[in-house]
Amino acid sequence: MSTVASKVPSTRPTPPAGDAIGQVSRSRVLADRSATVLMYGAFLLALVPLVWILWTVLGKGLSLVLDSQWWTNSQAGVSPRRAGGGAYHAIVGTILTAAVTALMAVPIAVFTAIYLVEYGRGRFARTVSFMVDILTGIPSIVAALFIYAVWVGMLGAQRVAFSVSLALALLMIPVVVRSTEEMLKLVPNELREASYALGVPKWKTIVRIVLPTAASGIATGILLGLARVMGETAPLIILAPYTAFINTNMFSGNMAALPTLVFTNFGSNIPAQNDRMWAAALTLIVLVLLLNLAGRFVARFSAVRR
Amino acid sequence: MSSITGRSELDAAPSGDLAGSTSRRGDRIFAGLSVGSGAIVVALIAAVAVFLLARAIPSLTDNSANFLTDRVWNPGGSPPQFGIPDLLWVTVISSIVAMVISVPVSVGVALFLTQYAPPRLARPFAAAIDLLAAVPSIVYGLWGAYIVLNYLNSIQSAIGRVFGWIPLFHNDQAIPNSIFAGSVILAVMILPIVTALSREVFTQTPAAHKEAALALGATRWEVIRTAVLPFGRPGVISASMLGLGRALGETIAVLFIINTVPTFSWSIFSGGETFASRIARDAGEFDTPQKTGAYIAAGLVLFVLTFAVNAIARVVIERRKDFRE
Repeated sequence: MSTVASKVPSTRPTPPAGDAIGQVSRSRVLADRSATVLMYGAFLLALVPLVWILWTVLGKGLSLVLDSQWWTNSQAGVSPRRAGGGAYHAIVGTILTAAVTALMAVPIAVFTAIYLVEYGRGRFARTVSFMVDILTGIPSIVAALFIYAVWVGMLGAQRVAFSVSLALALLMIPVVVRSTEEMLKLVPNELREASYALGVPKWKTIVRIVLPTAASGIATGILLGLARVMGETAPLIILAPYTAFINTNMFSGNMAALPTLVFTNFGSNIPAQNDRMWAAALTLIVLVLLLNLAGRFVARFSAVRR
Repeated sequence: MSSITGRSELDAAPSGDLAGSTSRRGDRIFAGLSVGSGAIVVALIAAVAVFLLARAIPSLTDNSANFLTDRVWNPGGSPPQFGIPDLLWVTVISSIVAMVISVPVSVGVALFLTQYAPPRLARPFAAAIDLLAAVPSIVYGLWGAYIVLNYLNSIQSAIGRVFGWIPLFHNDQAIPNSIFAGSVILAVMILPIVTALSREVFTQTPAAHKEAALALGATRWEVIRTAVLPFGRPGVISASMLGLGRALGETIAVLFIINTVPTFSWSIFSGGETFASRIARDAGEFDTPQKTGAYIAAGLVLFVLTFAVNAIARVVIERRKDFRE
């Protein structure tokens, strides 16, 4: 602050008497104006990729996605070089894998958040919180290699969709922990204390009072977590070979997913494959953005009120 | 807070249906589940390190090349030879360039959203930026590889013409699918992360600091420079580190955009492979434990790298909290 004050006398021309306030030197005005322009510019620049990506993917993928076959057929029996078939197998695979992931990740994540907010004190709580941060930053390919080392390396099992879910759960847990934690912290302490005053034990207070109050925040966390794991490709490349057929068994055979449908069609200059790739990308982006928007919608309209 | 009132002596009193007689046992079970889940999270990180190490060590001992310094990658040969200096360089430099591009823009966007945008519009604007984080990385990869690449070539050669004397910007082996192109896409990918966290700290700037600056006659920019930025600096550093961590581990976009090159070059206008893209590209070759171990060793280095970067980010922001309280 001293810099501002010291600058004023040196740069300001002798002010006319009685009008000391309101006169700002030209160089300071210039700096202020250019900063304003830069900030607006940065924001507009940041919007460019979003619009550009959506525009590109829509433009290149929309025609195939609007074809009803896309949502009902698999690629079984369709030559990769010819047009035809759909993405049903990949959509089913993506949704199934995500659902199983959520079944594993959500209980652990919610209980971890409950631990951090309601029980956690001292060094172990700090360790858990630190590890959640580390888990947030773990690259998806490392998570996939870890599951590969356990699932294929140690257990000698086949690469199946369930192993992908295990890797994705690792990536989903921190997202859900953080958003649940935020919401639990927002639950007013008066609610807890009122419950305790009535003689309600702590666990019932959490289950009946705290969790319902924070339910929307937890739902948001789950939706955002799902949106994140659905778009992950690296674990699929390591753990789930692509197939053109419908498979709903998590524990045997290959299962397709939207990212691997994109991946197998990447880098080709055959129009049919190109169209398929962009259409799969569009389907994926629509799925993920819908989940994301749903999450934000839930958060906005039923947030904990203090 | 809850610990004081939570230990009510009346817990066991049968007063209505909420306070049952099993309450104490219920409490114990519930506390056990919570602590157990926390322990699972800690155990998971430990398990990642242990399992990667356990699979990597046999391959590393069989490796006849120096893992840290030799520029070879032939994990399937006899004797197997593999080293990571090239991977490490490309991983680190692509992420740092991405950070250099992204952080100034992100800070600008965060300042715009917190200090400039009309309050009514700030929220939808912020949501639009957040949507960038929701776009799957494979879509970024497609967009980069098929669309953006075509526009970067001229920028690349312009920088090369002016700064070509610096080895980092040599134009000799320039290719369109360069590390630089990958960095540009990575910069877009980490922008929403850095923006979101910076925004959070900027909004926490004490009103008293800003009002003090205003009272001294500061312009809006001077308020930012003297009150908002100094207060937010640790947050911005921490956010940048988190963005860096994300860029280091990014797989599929890098795999789609950056091409491999036969000879190594220090220039960012040449190609190369990162840890993640090498592992993903060769995922089909995981047939013998020996070969797989080599890739897992590379993955372990990536894990250590991201762990360190994220830990630093965390420490920086924690220290600020201590300072504030």
